[in-house]
Amino acid sequence: MAEIKNYTVNFGPQHPAAHGVLRLVLEFDGEVVQRADPHVGLLHRATEKLAEHKTYIQSLPYMDRLDYVSMMSNEHAYCLAIEKLMGIEVPIRAQYIRVMFSEITRIMNHLMWLGSHGHDCGSSTVLIYTFREREDLFDMYEAASGARMHAAYFRPGGVYRDLPDTMPQYAPSKVRSAKSLARINANRQGSLLDFIQDFVERFPKHMDEYEVLLTENRIWKQRTVGVGVVSAERAINLGMTGPMLRGSGVAWDLRRMQPYEVYDQLEFDIPVGKTGDCYDRYLVRIEEMRQSNRIIQQCIDWLRENPGPVIVDNYKVALPPRERMKTGMEDLIHHFKLTTEGMYVPEGEAYAAIEHPKGEFGIYILSDGANKPYRLKIRAAGFPHLAAFDELARGHMMTDVTTIIGSLDVVFGEIDR
Amino acid sequence: MAGYAIAPEALRDHVARALGELVVYMEVALEEVTVTVAAENYLSAMRILHDHESCAFDTLIDLCGVDYSTYKNRPWEGRRFAVVVHLLSVRLNQRLRVRVFCPDDEFPLLPSVIDVWAATNWFEREAFDLYGIVFEGHPDLRRILTDYGFIGHPFRKDFPLSGYTEMRYDAERQRVIYQPVTIVPREVTPRVVREEKYAGFRGAPVDQTQTHG
Repeated sequence: MAEIKNYTVNFGPQHPAAHGVLRLVLEFDGEVVQRADPHVGLLHRATEKLAEHKTYIQSLPYMDRLDYVSMMSNEHAYCLAIEKLMGIEVPIRAQYIRVMFSEITRIMNHLMWLGSHGHDCGSSTVLIYTFREREDLFDMYEAASGARMHAAYFRPGGVYRDLPDTMPQYAPSKVRSAKSLARINANRQGSLLDFIQDFVERFPKHMDEYEVLLTENRIWKQRTVGVGVVSAERAINLGMTGPMLRGSGVAWDLRRMQPYEVYDQLEFDIPVGKTGDCYDRYLVRIEEMRQSNRIIQQCIDWLRENPGPVIVDNYKVALPPRERMKTGMEDLIHHFKLTTEGMYVPEGEAYAAIEHPKGEFGIYILSDGANKPYRLKIRAAGFPHLAAFDELARGHMMTDVTTIIGSLDVVFGEIDR
Repeated sequence: MAGYAIAPEALRDHVARALGELVVYMEVALEEVTVTVAAENYLSAMRILHDHESCAFDTLIDLCGVDYSTYKNRPWEGRRFAVVVHLLSVRLNQRLRVRVFCPDDEFPLLPSVIDVWAATNWFEREAFDLYGIVFEGHPDLRRILTDYGFIGHPFRKDFPLSGYTEMRYDAERQRVIYQPVTIVPREVTPRVVREEKYAGFRGAPVDQTQTHG
């Protein structure tokens, strides 16, 4: 008999199922994966080193560009770490706004994941469906911060500005009839909160649409059930967090276990899986979106009732109001000092973690008392998940590789940093 | 802010009891417990933290290198390289930070804890890549984030922000080439360390001329 050798196959870095720039070196025996070696770092921008050379506020927009599908969540951890070091108490309204946008971000992230994961496994329809709703979420980002994606909306001490009272509307154009213009502007007549309210009411119906496409779909189940199984014990040892850990049946959620902001005053459930395969992680994330929707509803109700400041009035941390800056000498000086020199963070170290859509996202800041961090470490949620890929993929077929990558929910902005 | 199941002071006592003599220094700051251990006791201390009943740190959340050489814009007296590990106990809902300094500045070497937590794998590769800290016993200590064939450890404080080489397409040779960097390093905002009172938003600025880079 002829000697049979293992095949070594290169996958990526430019491959539609690689979710960015993942390069995999795969060793096959026939069609069965023997070894998988992910090569990462193709998107390495040295964010942590850049942060050492920039003031705290200058580094904030870099956080958006880490996990570029859940922008505000990254900012959230960064702000929490700075606030912890400085001992700042964030106004309660800002906390609710942050929580609301964190959950909007979670839905946004999971929609991206669901669409691309479904697409990888052969269902293009779900991608089109999820992007339809993501568009509305981007509009919320834009209305609040002015940017569709890289918002830079959360700031140390609160959020950049309060929620706007009006929603931007589509303008008349030659290609749009007055009737269709009225239809697409129908939910944009009120404030941003009204727009979000409208979304929250119709989102469960959209969720049902996705589930009709996938949950009981025979092909979807054949592709995901029993693929990439990881036991609870092993998941913990591998450093998995978030839906990866909950998919294996561990009810671990930082929003509940180590609550930050106002999560301890909100009602939501933590879905857990049973077997820890790709299908369970799918179900967990689907349910998380429904729970996020619940949280957003509670935040809207609270925010409607309770006006108030959205950022601290400590001008060594946050900029003074713009109107006062034009007339008041002291405010002008504060603005000048803060924008040219930045804020001073007391010497010490802090680690702040949040329940990021992908898992635990943490920021470790080591400060020596300067206007820039001495060391900033970003604990990316996807990093240990992808590190475990070899273990998850071994013994699976070639087609399962894309299923597992999709189920890990990796984004290279945060893994490569 | 963060509500833990256990008070940081109680956790400190638990860890102090479990580690005993192995603790070099221990502190509670900002509701976080930090323990410093010596390099020779690092591996055994980590095993205890993983196995001990009242510690039970079953997850390694993060491991990173730190280069202390320009701390506070002054020459650093102690050892230069440290590894900072963040541990989490999913079972007992508690967190701990462990710091260990590498004994040799020229050749920073520590034992690997990959046998205790499988999660360590890529974190140690990263610390090796960026800081040149070698982890003894790691089965696959390759570079991870930097380019293939990269020379140096870019996160060390003596490594310039803009690096040494840049890459461009050479039209004559019709391929991508490496060449020395052409951009001039530029620091827009100088790094300033104020006196302690200043961070408390009071007191006159001092040391303003001391910049870095």
